[in-house]
Amino acid sequence: MTERAWRNWYLIPYGIWLVLFVVAPIVFLVYESFLDLDGHWTLSNYKSVWTPIYLKMMAYSFWYAFLITLVSLLIGYPTAYWLTKTRHKQLWLLLLILPMWVNLLLKVYAFLGLFGTYGLANALLKALGVGPRQLLFTDFSFVFVSVYIFIPFMVLPIFNALEELPPSLVDAARDLGASAWTTFRRVVFPLTLGGVKAGCQAVFIPALSLFMITRLVAGNRVITLGTAIEQHFLVTQNWGMGATIAVVLMIAMAVIVVLTGSGRKEGSR
Amino acid sequence: MKRTHWWGRVYLLAVFAVMYTPIVYLMYYSFNSGGAMHDFQSFTLKWYRDVLSDDRLPIIVLNTIVIALLSAAVATILGVIGALAIYYVKRQRTKNALLALNNVLIVSPDVIIGASFLLLFTIAGIKLGFTSVLLSHIAFSVPIVVLMVLPKLEEMSPTLIDAARDLGASHWQVLSGVVLPFLAPSIWAGFFMALTYSLDDFAVTFFVTGNGFSTLSVEIYSRARQGISLSINALSTLLFLFTMLLVIGYYVLSRKGGRLYGIGGRK
Repeated sequence: MTERAWRNWYLIPYGIWLVLFVVAPIVFLVYESFLDLDGHWTLSNYKSVWTPIYLKMMAYSFWYAFLITLVSLLIGYPTAYWLTKTRHKQLWLLLLILPMWVNLLLKVYAFLGLFGTYGLANALLKALGVGPRQLLFTDFSFVFVSVYIFIPFMVLPIFNALEELPPSLVDAARDLGASAWTTFRRVVFPLTLGGVKAGCQAVFIPALSLFMITRLVAGNRVITLGTAIEQHFLVTQNWGMGATIAVVLMIAMAVIVVLTGSGRKEGSR
Repeated sequence: MKRTHWWGRVYLLAVFAVMYTPIVYLMYYSFNSGGAMHDFQSFTLKWYRDVLSDDRLPIIVLNTIVIALLSAAVATILGVIGALAIYYVKRQRTKNALLALNNVLIVSPDVIIGASFLLLFTIAGIKLGFTSVLLSHIAFSVPIVVLMVLPKLEEMSPTLIDAARDLGASHWQVLSGVVLPFLAPSIWAGFFMALTYSLDDFAVTFFVTGNGFSTLSVEIYSRARQGISLSINALSTLLFLFTMLLVIGYYVLSRKGGRLYGIGGRK
């Protein structure tokens, strides 16, 4: 075989994978979204997306994803910042990554116990004099558990961005008389924006489509787009509607990725 | 400066305490004879015995492991071929297009991947079960392997290949004698990543699993939906220990390659 034949040969198996598992599923999803329950062509699915029920669900979904991303960022940035300042950086980083290897469902399941009526969280609240509260099956537990799950995905890219920041820039700012806060605001934060963007993308997109967390700890109080897709595909068997929501979600995501630019690169795994 | 450090340390400790509480909590109550995740009564190994004597679980564990190993192996081979394919493409635009397509499955949410694969298998007439789960796991692991191998490939000095070719090596000899050994650490890292993605996956599997076939994640979900049962805690403790073994293996392997893949400081 000639050199060129070899090179083209590599493209065949990889190309087959691309067509079968990347292109075809998207095409089928779009195709299915134009079918009604009986398999006839219709635009009714797209019409029902614009009814108040679905619009409200979408608004909620985006609102919760935004909230989860914001809280993750507010907690994650200082975590990443101080992680870079610790002496045993690699060890701390390992400790941060370790929970990522624990099955997501087990972590969610743990909160069934922690947030239960007699769980640790309520015992703490009691000790503080607040008294037991209903924690499970509330919006609070949904946001808390989601942030808990996603925080490492926020911390890692920010940590990488902070590590790549030359310390001489910070020294220069301080030498020129900038306060610690000004240095952070004008030098450190702008230069780590790439990491922040990557982290936000890594949290926001999955947060839009979670369904197991809503099912397990949020009762059915919080319905996200992910829950709706799962519901339509696996419970009510209305695949057309499920596919339509999936298509809408994909378009929304593409818009987000384009708007936030190519920040993803910096946080690549 | 000293003050910020003090604050920073307390903050980090608080964050890490919250991160580890649920995991420790799960494991702690797996030894509770009381049967609930509160009010520790007395130490027992009953739940572990339950897990080990359950007659469905061994099959499910076996399913999970077979799927993980098989899908990781096939995905690694496909991923390496894919990385080579992208590497050899000359035109930058084609290259970027291929990379963009490659990343579709990485950025898509699991629910969409699951739903679209369910459609794919239904239209293609593939029965839901072992085959569909295996194919999906291969499919979503391939791009991860590509992303782990490709940077290493780009890093490789072209003079290495030129030298081998000048000395009369055929393409196959260059590949097996020069390129693949050079890529070995990243190939292993890709394999391990694929393995963990497969072991960890719930959402995609949940969609394409059908009746009668189950992996651990799906089983945990259906049990957890019925409420608290301490045998899940026992199971999770066992899984955690197993994961630790995997992590250690992964670190030993990636240390050998002189770098830590998949975590910070890749450059």
